[in-house]
Amino acid sequence: MQLTGAEITIRCLQEEGVEYVFGYPGGAVLNIYDELFKQDKVKHVLVRHEQGAVHAADGYSRSSHKVGVALVTSGPGVTNAVTGIATAYMDSIPLVVITGQVPTHAIGQDAFQECDTVGITRPCVKHNFLVKDVKDLAVTIKKAFYLATTGRPGPVLVDIPKDVTQASTEFTYPKTITLRSYNPVTKGHAGQIKKAVQLLLDAKRPMFYTGGGVILSNASSQLTRLVRLLGYPCTNTLMGLGGLPGTDPQFTGLPGMHGTYETNMAMQHCDVLFAVGSRFDDRVIGDPKHFYRADRKIIHIDIDPSSISKRVKVDVPIVGYVAEVLDEMLRLLESSPQRPDAAALKAWWAQIKEWQRKDCLKYDRKSELIKPQYVVEKLYELTKGDAFVTSDVGQHQMWVAQYYKFDKPRRWINSGGLGTMGFGLPAAMGVQLVNPGAMVVCVTGEASIQMCIQELSTCKQYHLPIKIVNLNNRYMGMVRQWQEFFYGNRYAESYMDALPDFVKLAEAYGHVGIKIEKPGDVEGALREALAQKERLVFLDFITDQTENVFPMVPGGKGLTEMILAEEL
Amino acid sequence: MRHILSILVENEAGALSRISGLFSARGYNIESLTVAPTEDPTMSRMTIVTAGSDDVIEQITKQLNKLVEVVKVVDLTEGNHIERELMLVKVRAAGKERDEMKRLTDIFRGRILDVTDKSYTIELTGPGEKLDAFLGAIEPGVILETVRTGASGIGRGERILRV
Ligand SMILES: Cc1ncc(C[n+]2csc(CCOP(=O)(O)OP(=O)(O)O)c2C)c(N)n1
Repeated sequence: MQLTGAEITIRCLQEEGVEYVFGYPGGAVLNIYDELFKQDKVKHVLVRHEQGAVHAADGYSRSSHKVGVALVTSGPGVTNAVTGIATAYMDSIPLVVITGQVPTHAIGQDAFQECDTVGITRPCVKHNFLVKDVKDLAVTIKKAFYLATTGRPGPVLVDIPKDVTQASTEFTYPKTITLRSYNPVTKGHAGQIKKAVQLLLDAKRPMFYTGGGVILSNASSQLTRLVRLLGYPCTNTLMGLGGLPGTDPQFTGLPGMHGTYETNMAMQHCDVLFAVGSRFDDRVIGDPKHFYRADRKIIHIDIDPSSISKRVKVDVPIVGYVAEVLDEMLRLLESSPQRPDAAALKAWWAQIKEWQRKDCLKYDRKSELIKPQYVVEKLYELTKGDAFVTSDVGQHQMWVAQYYKFDKPRRWINSGGLGTMGFGLPAAMGVQLVNPGAMVVCVTGEASIQMCIQELSTCKQYHLPIKIVNLNNRYMGMVRQWQEFFYGNRYAESYMDALPDFVKLAEAYGHVGIKIEKPGDVEGALREALAQKERLVFLDFITDQTENVFPMVPGGKGLTEMILAEEL
Repeated sequence: MRHILSILVENEAGALSRISGLFSARGYNIESLTVAPTEDPTMSRMTIVTAGSDDVIEQITKQLNKLVEVVKVVDLTEGNHIERELMLVKVRAAGKERDEMKRLTDIFRGRILDVTDKSYTIELTGPGEKLDAFLGAIEPGVILETVRTGASGIGRGERILRV
């Protein structure tokens, strides 16, 4: 049957089982929108800014393991979407972004709403395509879904000129696809896996350090079994929280810049470091020279060979899907007669317990002012650790990562790699749509929330009962903290002046707003909000302006060169 | 250390900019880059001369392999290989300079492709150092124009790069 390019685009999405497309119309995609209108299998969610469309598709994907799909028009539609695409790219989130383009004959003519989409997005996508012939359209969309979800996942963009959406051709959707130039290694090398198991069994001071790869590869049950089988300590990075239950006694808390004292000490002083789907990011290990230790062996599992030995040389590299490699390791361990060295492990745990006695996450619980940490702790208690929590970027993000214990994977949704303020609210929309009925909370700051505040309107239109927890310190808190520590208290442009009345703002968008100014009112307000199953509630917590995130490893310093709360 | 990377890549629009973009985005240097289709017109072969520590070269190779359109990457400098570059030089050649220039061209096994009463256009192939040596041997003031292709390379003996 002959179909137009626009029809083909929608048919491909149907074939892929796409439930929701997050988008915003415009001239170059009008044919596609017309076809969307004529069917009801693929539902469209109209955002209020293209950045929000991509973040929503991203949150949808992170919380469900499905591919997120966004649709935007050419030119400004694309440039608005770039922040969202780069955010997904840095965190390896599988997205397919469909963009309209000016007609093929107009490309290169500086046509109205033309931009070099493939050029602009090239450095922040896993791959992108410009479809110049309608005959290539179906196979290109198939490739896009295939590339987005296999190997190291990531966003893939398909740029479709308007005339291609009008032209017709025979439609068949390929069932499978192979690309001679793309064959990710997915099964770990048997010899390397054996070596890794042996190293782990022989370790005296072992440490697990696991990242987003565990979440993306759905490997948290394997990880949890392995950690418990061996009895070793384990940290999850910002991207890996929920990989091992946050309440597990073997979980030592976050690593890195705002990691716990015990985790950073253990990362530095272990004799075998087992890195699983993590990438030795600068925010995690600090200065690589300081991190280096001749007497420590490192095992590293990653799907992306270029992540291995990029910042830190490793001794046993294993390329493959984390879940499959861990399965294999479990098999070997369970059939091995050898057990970990119990005496050494006991001494190592005693050392870790000693470090834990620093109680590095303590804060003033008697304060007259609302402490942001207290709000997060209460939120954790009241949601029993079972909510989906999105965040923006700043101190509030770190406090959630430190004080909310995620027992399940895909519950903690944040922009770790790019650190995109404005991510939290639109991401929460995607999370809520793919998890209807679930508790979805967006923890944010008064600066971040204003970057995509317009999505409150989308939430109203689609009845998304998100709970917004605004930790309002009237400062770009994280910027202010750096200025306090490293710039002699010169708070250059980090004070948030002329803030809106968030309660009225929420109400203006048709939601419920509550302002909380006293510690005694925190719990009541959270309870009230969480009880409102049908409504979006904006909770504006007026918090202590001077609170800082501790511990802190200053940028460029060694991992154990931490500033602790009592030292200031 | 100087390395010569041979890359087989899908002959698709944009593949070149993906590769050159990778080098600039990650701060790797490109000494030269040549590219043309192979005997299989769906594929191009690229030769990139770059420099870096072993760690950097390892990263470059991995990053190149990660690009979806890259089919294969080989570091020619890991084994015996042949490297050739083509140079065209236009030199001033008048009076007694003419003989001198002709003689030098012969010594370097070059060819004179074009002649006017004031100039020669000389073709020279060889490894980069040979071309450098030729330019070093003539007086800088005599050189009117040069154009070089950058190196192409191939493994010696049975070493073959194909899909
Ligand atoms: C789009 C964007 N611009 C700038 C920054 C730099 N930045 C990081 S944290 C931060 C302050 C965030 O303030 P707020 O949202 O109020 O959160 P708080 O740190 O106070 O919790 C800024 C400006 C960023 N991460 N993203």
